[in-house]
Parts: sequence; C-alpha cells; structure tokens
Amino acid sequence: MKYLISLVLGLVVGAVIFATGVILNPFVESRNLSPISVTDSQTLTLSYSAVAANSIVHTNNGESRILPHPEKVLQLWEAPIRQTSAVASLLHDARNQPVGLGIKFSSTSERTRLLNGEALVDSVWYVYLPGRGGFFVEQSENYWTYVRDVVFPAYRSASNAWKGSWLGNVTAGPGALGTARVTGGSGEFQGNIMPAVESLIVRAWSAKTGPVAADGRLTIELPSINPEEQSAQD
Amino acid sequence: MLKTFFLGVLLGIAAAAGALYALPVVDQQREASIISVAPNGGNFEAFHINVPMDRIMTGASEPGSELPASLEWPTAEPFSGLRAELFKIRNARDSVIGVASRMAAQEDGADVIEWVLHFPARGSLYVNMDPAAQEGGFRSGAIRAGSREFAGLNGSLTERWKTDTSNDIDAPDGRIELQARYVGELESSE
Repeated sequence: MKYLISLVLGLVVGAVIFATGVILNPFVESRNLSPISVTDSQTLTLSYSAVAANSIVHTNNGESRILPHPEKVLQLWEAPIRQTSAVASLLHDARNQPVGLGIKFSSTSERTRLLNGEALVDSVWYVYLPGRGGFFVEQSENYWTYVRDVVFPAYRSASNAWKGSWLGNVTAGPGALGTARVTGGSGEFQGNIMPAVESLIVRAWSAKTGPVAADGRLTIELPSINPEEQSAQD
Repeated sequence: MLKTFFLGVLLGIAAAAGALYALPVVDQQREASIISVAPNGGNFEAFHINVPMDRIMTGASEPGSELPASLEWPTAEPFSGLRAELFKIRNARDSVIGVASRMAAQEDGADVIEWVLHFPARGSLYVNMDPAAQEGGFRSGAIRAGSREFAGLNGSLTERWKTDTSNDIDAPDGRIELQARYVGELESSE
C-alpha cells in the first residue's frame, strides 16, 4: 500500500514539476521588438483601449471573465462561435485624437501548443479611417508571455490582481518575420499589401474582470510608393 | 519506497508531457460546409442573417438607430457618415457559424461598403462591395483578402435583402442573403 501511495504522490509531484517547467520556460521570451520598429518606411500607429468597458461594443459567450459591453448586447453563445469575441473600438492617432473605427474578431486557435509556448488566437481587424479609407488585418496572435507574465501572477496574488507595466507584441504571423498581413480595400489604402504588428501595454489586470488598465496599438508599415504608380513607372 | 516515489515523478512528468502533446487545448465546433460547384468554375456557398435576431450592433449617427440602445456611438464629425453593423451569420441549414461586420461610408463622394466574414474554425473573408445595386436588388463585390482556409482565393460576394412573407409569429422581419463564389488561383503544373 505504501508503495502505491509513493507512486501516486510521485505522479502528482511530477505533473506539478512539469507544469511549473512549462510556465517558467526561459526559452520563451516576450517579443518587444518588431521588424516594423526598425523600418525606414512611414508607419501608421492606431491605439485603442483594451478594456472592454471602454470599447463601443465588446461581446463574447457571456461566461468569460470579461463581461460583454454594453450590458444588453447580443452574446455569442452558439457552439461554433463560443470561443470567439467581437469588439468595436474607437481608434486614436499618435496625438490621441479619434481617427477611425476598428472592428476585431478573435477566436482561440486550434494550432495552440502550450508545450511550445504558443497560446494562439486567430484574429482579424477591419479598420475604417474616415477620409482615408479602410483596410483588413489578418494575424495570428500569441498570448503565452502575456498569460505567463500578467495572468498567472494575478492569480498567485492574494488580491487576485496584478499591477505593473507589461509591454509586448502579440502578433506572431502569418508573415515570416512575425508580422500581420494588411490588405487595403478603399481610399488611399486600396490595392496595398502592408505588414503590421499589434502590441499591448497592460498596467493592471484583475482575475475577476480581466484587463483593468490596458491599451492596444496597431502599427502598420505604409508602402513607400503606391503599386499603381510603381507599375506606371515601370 | 523512495525509488518508487522518484519513478512516480518521472512517470508524472512523462504523462503530463504526453497529455499536453496529444490532447487538443482548443477544439472549435465545426459545422460541415455546404458548398456547391459552379458550372463554369469555382464554388458557391450561401449564408444568411436573420434580422433583427442576428444583429449584434448597429452604430450610426442617426438618432435612435443605435443597437443595443445603450450604445455610445462617437459623435465627432468624421464619424457622421458611418454606419457599422455586426451580425451573427448562418449557413444554409440556419445554424450560426460565424460573425460578420458591414461598414457603409462615403469616401470622396462615393459610397464604400465593405464586409468582413469571420468563421472561427475556417478563417475570414474581406469583401469590397460595388456600391451600385444590380438588377434584382443584388449588390456584388470582390473578395479582396482571405485568411487560413480562404487564403489565396479570389471570387465575389453578393448581398440581397429579402423581406419575410411567411407571417409566422416568430419569423424575422427578413434576411440578408449572402452568396460567396470562391475561385482558386491558377497554379503552374511544373
């Protein structure tokens, strides 16, 4: 009997050691530097509040810690969309002036591999900037370092909350350098294919309500020359 | 006994690693796609949106048009001509399979209408519509981009409003019918 108890105790300790090793894996690091941050091309930076209560609309399955906003918005409770969230946000420029509207659809990804430090989300943005035009951003995001550095510490804290300053790029593809793919659809963006990166700045996070003080940022590398002008020159 | 404990530790590490490797962390519910082959190439897929029950958000500058009623739509001048809508989107079997956004705006005096369709288990489509309605009340547009399953596909999307005439007590006011036509890019045989 004592051997059986030793074996079971060992199994539990082994599983805990493995889980700790996965969470603290030093080979998975936050990505703070993107190819776009060192580009010579002009960039467009759009920021938004990553707190649901500050968005125009934020909806999910209604069982997430992040409550839908406004209160009576339709929830995504049907099975094929239960792991999806839809958000409409006001986008601000570098001077913090509202310049456009962004709609983001995010779904947890079946390509998630926690062993590799990949907590993936497949997401798309539709961005419309009045007077300039609209574009579409497709990306896969990796939230592993965000979960490790912000969410786990919040759960470990006696106050069930985390405060600090966490900055990281969440975009992990589909571009070879870990960038998102932007397709211009109308206005000055029409016909352009551009890389982009989305980053998060988190200052407070609660285990009960999710982000308390957090901002997101979309940085898009603008083409140096319009492809139509390029083909005309060629 | 100590040997048994350490054997348990090793087995525990191996079992946890095996479980994390083999068991899917995320498993999206997948509805079978209902796609038909077009006679002159490409594939068709039909979707619809029951209005008003599938409408998640309507944001517009006209007073009283907001949905949900407590929605705070931006009132600044640049947003005065915008109308943004979010919907749940259904397949031909009337099952919800995704979410969609429709944006209508004016750019340099011309109307801009753009759709994004997002299917969690499959990918997303971005469509730029021709603002002029065609005969029969259709509006057509080109697929500008697609992700995952839709990556690399060209094609078109048509939208049409169809009023419900069934007079059923729980029937919707009508439906927005969307029909996508997917055409793959030609690849070299060499």
